[in-house]
Amino acid sequence: MSRPYYQSQDLKKFKNISDWSPELGAKFFEYYNSVFEEGALSAREKSLIALAVAHTVQCPYCIDAYTQDGLQRGIERNEMMEAVHVAAAIRGGASLVHGVQMMEVYDKRSM
Amino acid sequence: MSSKSLRSRSHRLSSTQAQLEWLEKGIFKPGGLPHFATKVNGFQDTPLRPHSLDILQLNLGYMCNQVCAHCHVDAGPDRKEMMSETTLEKCLDLIRKTSIKTLDLTGGAPEMHPHFREFVSQAAQLGIQDLIVRSNLTILLANKKYVDLPEFFKTQNVHVISSLPFYKKDKTDRQRGSGVFLKSIEALKRLNAVGYGKSETNLKLDLVYNPSGAFLPGNQKSLELEFKKALKTDFDIDFNQLFTITNMPISRYLEFLIASENYEEYMESLVEAFNPSALDKVMCTNTLSVRWDGYMYDCDFNQMLDLKVDHTMQHIDDVIPEELVQRNICVSQHCYGCTAGSGSSCQGSVV
Repeated sequence: MSRPYYQSQDLKKFKNISDWSPELGAKFFEYYNSVFEEGALSAREKSLIALAVAHTVQCPYCIDAYTQDGLQRGIERNEMMEAVHVAAAIRGGASLVHGVQMMEVYDKRSM
Repeated sequence: MSSKSLRSRSHRLSSTQAQLEWLEKGIFKPGGLPHFATKVNGFQDTPLRPHSLDILQLNLGYMCNQVCAHCHVDAGPDRKEMMSETTLEKCLDLIRKTSIKTLDLTGGAPEMHPHFREFVSQAAQLGIQDLIVRSNLTILLANKKYVDLPEFFKTQNVHVISSLPFYKKDKTDRQRGSGVFLKSIEALKRLNAVGYGKSETNLKLDLVYNPSGAFLPGNQKSLELEFKKALKTDFDIDFNQLFTITNMPISRYLEFLIASENYEEYMESLVEAFNPSALDKVMCTNTLSVRWDGYMYDCDFNQMLDLKVDHTMQHIDDVIPEELVQRNICVSQHCYGCTAGSGSSCQGSVV
């Protein structure tokens, strides 16, 4: 297939997922929009969380969307990079913490 | 960022025709993105028409001490165009003959006009409710002849609207030139010192935010809170309101969009963000823009594209105000900039 799996133009078609299931689509987008409203966390903080999660789930659409969202909100590049490092630390930590399991298995099986 | 205007570089985009080609063809060719005039159909009686003349915006000249990367005027130190004394007098006549509420002086740096103070003093006596000077801030420090401008503004009860694209140095200097941020901060302190932006006075000091790149401005109220908090904490600076203004695909900002290969995506984002509820509040419905040479336009952006008012009387020498309101507004695809998201005008978002 010549068409790449990911195309930036597809981000604009996200809303089209409602076409094949309008009720669920509407519920999802209503929920989605509510999540990002000002609340106990500011919309700005939520945008940075979304950017970090986008890197964790490695979603190119989300990275594109939340980098642009951050620019519009006046979030600076060092703030964005710190958010990405939070994602990297948790993701790296999640691998490393499994090292405990490895160590336990190793020790249990070893003489 | 170039330190010269497109005009002085003999850049192709210094021609309004070349700019209009970008706005009329390319992604807006038949089968592509809809033209603004088509998009407006169905939401508003078309063509758009002004409903009143409340704001007179005078572009006193294109000379400026800065060469900002996003400037839709292509202003700079090399631009010599200046409004003549005769035309200034015609503008005062127009104010006398009408019920214009707001006089909005822009440029370039309007303070560089040789008759700036005299004109402001005369205009202030004509009962204008809101006399705006759009100051780039650094002009207040550019030469000793400008140092007392804050006091002058105060005596004339001028409403100062100043550009400050961000509350930190890096982004501001990248858009407006090296050293501009710290000079702007110093100028704001001087304006504060005479009472501008202070809650206990009526001296209004508003700031203008332009995005530093190919993206739309965020929520005006949220950004205002960010600016107020940061400027107060870091520099003890006060101001009244923040206006978010969408960058227009005209002149040097158009040059940036094309050179950075952002033009198509930026225009798509403007079209996608089209908000019909901004339509009856866009500034061309109650504004008249006058160029340094006396020609009249629906707005400052149309002025820069030389889209003169669609009327037999196009020059201020001939103007009959009540007849001039009976005209169609000239539109092209840059107009999407004023209807995107919360809308955009010289007084910030409109929705």
